[in-house]
Amino acid sequence: MTEMLQILEVDGTLVGESPIDDSVIRDLYEAMVTARSFDHKATALQRQGRLATYAPYEGQEAAQIGAVAMLEPGDWLVASYRDGAAMQSRGYPWTQLLLTRTGDERGGQPPAGVNVLPPSITVGAHMVHAVGLGWAESLKGTGAVAMTMFGDGATSEGDFHEAMNFAGVFQTPTIFVCQNNGWAISMPRARQTASETIAQKADGYGMPGELVDGNDVLAMYDAAARAVDRARRGEGPTLIEALTHRNQGHTTADDDGRYRSPEETARWAVRDPLERVRLYLEAGGMWSHQWQKEIESAATAAIEAAVEEAESLEPFTAEEIFDAMYAEVPPPLANQRRGAAEAGLA
Amino acid sequence: MTELNMAQALNAALDRALADERVVLLGEDVGQTGGVFRVSDGLLEKHGADRVIDTPVSEAGIVGAAYGMAIAGLRPIAEIQFMGFSYPAFDQIISHVARIRNRSRHRFTAPLVVRVPYGAGIGAAEHHSESTEALYAHVPGLKVVVPSTPHDAYGLLLAAVDDPDPVIFLEPIRLYRSARGEVPEEPYTVPIGTAKVEKPGSDVTIIAYGSMMREARAAVTELAHSDIDAELLDLRTIVPFDSETVMESVTRTGRAVVVHEAPRTAGFGAEIASQIYEQAFYSLLAPVERVTGWDTVVPLRRAEQHYVPSVGRVVAAVHRVMET
Repeated sequence: MTEMLQILEVDGTLVGESPIDDSVIRDLYEAMVTARSFDHKATALQRQGRLATYAPYEGQEAAQIGAVAMLEPGDWLVASYRDGAAMQSRGYPWTQLLLTRTGDERGGQPPAGVNVLPPSITVGAHMVHAVGLGWAESLKGTGAVAMTMFGDGATSEGDFHEAMNFAGVFQTPTIFVCQNNGWAISMPRARQTASETIAQKADGYGMPGELVDGNDVLAMYDAAARAVDRARRGEGPTLIEALTHRNQGHTTADDDGRYRSPEETARWAVRDPLERVRLYLEAGGMWSHQWQKEIESAATAAIEAAVEEAESLEPFTAEEIFDAMYAEVPPPLANQRRGAAEAGLA
Repeated sequence: MTELNMAQALNAALDRALADERVVLLGEDVGQTGGVFRVSDGLLEKHGADRVIDTPVSEAGIVGAAYGMAIAGLRPIAEIQFMGFSYPAFDQIISHVARIRNRSRHRFTAPLVVRVPYGAGIGAAEHHSESTEALYAHVPGLKVVVPSTPHDAYGLLLAAVDDPDPVIFLEPIRLYRSARGEVPEEPYTVPIGTAKVEKPGSDVTIIAYGSMMREARAAVTELAHSDIDAELLDLRTIVPFDSETVMESVTRTGRAVVVHEAPRTAGFGAEIASQIYEQAFYSLLAPVERVTGWDTVVPLRRAEQHYVPSVGRVVAAVHRVMET
């Protein structure tokens, strides 16, 4: 149970059987590089005052992208404010991710057919939503599953317990992916729970739990694929604990130097999720500087287009803030809406 | 037409709702035992365990799971056994159920119903006598309804299930068995957001809802002996508030008495009174009277009768506005 699943070593060598062939590994590498480019760009935009506070996922790209890579179009993803890499992988546009940080509710509006909920700002309340989503798909007989992503801190919230408990009792097709990056803002994992691992908490709910090297995209893919497969076959939920590292602070407003050591940063730098895949591909003659540059330029172009699109939207008018509270604006609210519009003309 | 009590009317409505395969009923003790008030009696046998679901003791789980189901296209009816136990589910309701439509600009919605038995006057244990509908009324994005007759209970529940928005459906425990009335055979709905003039009158408007309608009705009868012709309004929906019906009545009678068992301060009666002052001030012949529960915890059984507004308190309030 406490043995950590590892397939791709830090130095880029395979220590287990890869669940996917090399062309897919190349695709995942490209996706992770692109995701990291977005993360850096978003951080830069925040420093320029063009985004409000941003929560970087740098270091967690493999944990996120590896976990969702085998999901199918009808499957659901319910993730947190730090899970942009996973969400974008599943079709949530960069533009919408940016809008959630510039402060526009259109950021919560992915295209039709993208079964990804807006990023959860609350910590710990959203995992039970994935229980309900998966349960509904099971009642409808669609075979679709629901994956939820959350951090180590979220496992202390009461609603985590209620979500896990429901999933276990009703055997819902829900995959719980905990990205344990060791910190909940400034609280270390050891303060969140006296349990040796988060994965072993699965035992308490009657479901399997698996501890995985979260910076090993192949191990993440493998564990998630098996969990998704079980869920789809009607064999119930799984908890995956991905051991990973949050390279930056909690958000751009956080000074993590106040609670983390340079030694920790150095220790994790050698475990970087992108570098080990690059080493693997390079050793197999599947990586080049040229290709790396191509990925980075394409990423930059796509992200800059998204920034432009996000920044081109006009903010809501006073009246528009009333228009998405209900399917139709009820009479009392319509009166207030009129009042708000009139106030604007004063 | 059949004569049913409110619990039976709700049972019939749930049965009817479950004919739609998107509808599921989930909550503690709703299935095998048919609900602690027997409101869901027989439904498990008829519709099966996939649709009528007994859950763990886990209110946040019940509402959070219902929320996920609703987003995925089902029409869940979540039961919380007593209003006093809905507080653990508050975060799910306030932070998510009420907000998802706005958060996603209509992209994701939560068409669910949370059924909540409420109210005092049954001599129950602590926490079992709550009437905190004002807390729900204060949360933008919810609808809050409360029937006082079997007819309205049936129609409002079906309307709530049909509604594209989340509805908190309050069930007055004191009226489950004692309210009896005619319920049509054919399915029907009662529109959410519409108050009802239960008894027209000319001297004063009494505005009440839920179990207080019983006291209000008795007060109307007693007042008639003093030649006071009261108009009785059953609010039926708290949010969205039907100010049109209320103001039409109050501008005509010039006097208003609001009755609710919930605590006085910041109770929904304060909102009603405030709106009457805003919209009907120049028609008023007297200040608005509020007959309410006190700003105390509902006393346990032995002193409970001091708390719930009595017929006498309603009658006295009407006399005060008549004498002004």
